Amino acid sequence: MNFVTFEMWLEGVPDWILALPDWLQNFMYQFYQTFIFEQRYMLFLNGLKITAIVTVGALAMGIVLGLIVAIIRTSNDSFVSRKPPFILRIFNAICKIYLTVIRGTPMMVQLLIMGFVIMVPKTETEIIVCAIVTLGINSGAYVAEIARSGLMSIDAGQSEAARSLGLSYFKTMWYVVIPQAIKNILPALGNEMITLLKDTSLVSVIALRDVTKQAQNIVSKTYQAYVPYISLAAIYLAIVMLLTWLLSLLERRLRKSDR
Amino acid sequence: MKAFVKVLALALCVALIGGVFAGCTNTTTAPSTTDDATATTAAPVAGEELVMGTNAAFPPYEFTDDQGNVVGIDAEIAQAIADKLGMTLVIKDMEFDSLLTAVAGGSIDIVLAGLTVTEERKQSVNFTDTYAKGVQVIIVKEGSAIKSVDDLEGKTIGVQAGTTGDIYCTDDFGQENVKQFANGTLAVAALVNDQVDCVVIDNEPAKNFVAANAGLAILETAYTEEDYAAAIAKENTELLDKVNAAMAELKADGTIDAIIGKYITAE
Repeated sequence: MNFVTFEMWLEGVPDWILALPDWLQNFMYQFYQTFIFEQRYMLFLNGLKITAIVTVGALAMGIVLGLIVAIIRTSNDSFVSRKPPFILRIFNAICKIYLTVIRGTPMMVQLLIMGFVIMVPKTETEIIVCAIVTLGINSGAYVAEIARSGLMSIDAGQSEAARSLGLSYFKTMWYVVIPQAIKNILPALGNEMITLLKDTSLVSVIALRDVTKQAQNIVSKTYQAYVPYISLAAIYLAIVMLLTWLLSLLERRLRKSDR
Repeated sequence: MKAFVKVLALALCVALIGGVFAGCTNTTTAPSTTDDATATTAAPVAGEELVMGTNAAFPPYEFTDDQGNVVGIDAEIAQAIADKLGMTLVIKDMEFDSLLTAVAGGSIDIVLAGLTVTEERKQSVNFTDTYAKGVQVIIVKEGSAIKSVDDLEGKTIGVQAGTTGDIYCTDDFGQENVKQFANGTLAVAALVNDQVDCVVIDNEPAKNFVAANAGLAILETAYTEEDYAAAIAKENTELLDKVNAAMAELKADGTIDAIIGKYITAE
């Protein structure tokens, strides 16, 4: 039996609970049914694990991909008086197509295409990789534009000065431009991280049981939506608050050198 | 000026929230099921709406026609019941695993979705009399190693989330072996791609899926047999009685058999 009725539950509880008002008893019963009965909290934990793995993986992939695309795009655009080299123009064109296609199609559609047309994953690990790759590619497009705005916010005089002091292009980027740009893009990057975390709830279309799917599974066993969905919202909120707090720590740390 | 801006902002917020709620009640109206064209154009019968929830990816019980209307056995039976009761039928197409929560919560009046009667579900909703029999079958690729239910152990099983096939398979083989899809069509697409080893789903949709995809076969041995019925919220006993009465009449005069016979040809 997947189900414990209110009456069955009342028989097994200590006496002090019977003295509580009805609504509180009902709430405790739903809580019991959602988390404790048949160790359902394990479902939430398993789902949370999937959500966390996919979020962290996609985040890392998105940042790396986004940064590469942003550097290609800004260095191409930095050629004003003369044409950029041929190779750079090719890469720039590829990046532009990538940005157009990924930002122009919904996340859900990208997951369906990757899951059922391109990658066609079979095992659990393959599905997780598929989810990370899809979300990472998606996130990369948004991070690219965020990073580009950061790179362009650094005055051209700075890289000119660095170059005239003999630093190579990559050293100029690594030691002069990127450290300053990161400070500027952190708030917008935080936005993107939060969006990415919440987008992971879509991965259930490729048959991955993330925390949202597990909450739905519990509702489809108990037919009580209140506690599972409110708890689900609280879980996401808690993770977002944690992320925001970590980002604010990082921002504060990076600002130390400003004074 | 400032006060004006504040009032304007407030008005905009109210309009926005109102719009959101208005969007929630957006529904698709059911197609007329009779061949008589006047039935569609006739003004809605004086009376309330009967809001039916279903998941329209379950042929022949419910699916969408070329115009995007929800049609099928359940849609026609619901239409016949609504006609008997003098109500206007409105069909909402939603995810299968949220149907029972929606009917228990009152956002829809009745569920007709090839829904199996189970003891667990009876705890949260009332079922009408059954109107059809369903069988959970196993779809495999031709030449698959799976020959019967006994071979399912350790295989990856595709199911539609929240269906009895999902519930039974998860109980029997564990979550790690069962992959949930939003509807049967996606589960079958995964089977065609070799992403799952088999799909457990109701017999009639299974026949449709197998007919539409070359190289698939339904196993002779069924997974389970079960009864289909409509679900109505526990509190709404008035509607339950009315629907049961209407259904009894429709069964007696052969309407339900005729509707089912229209979609399912006897072998």
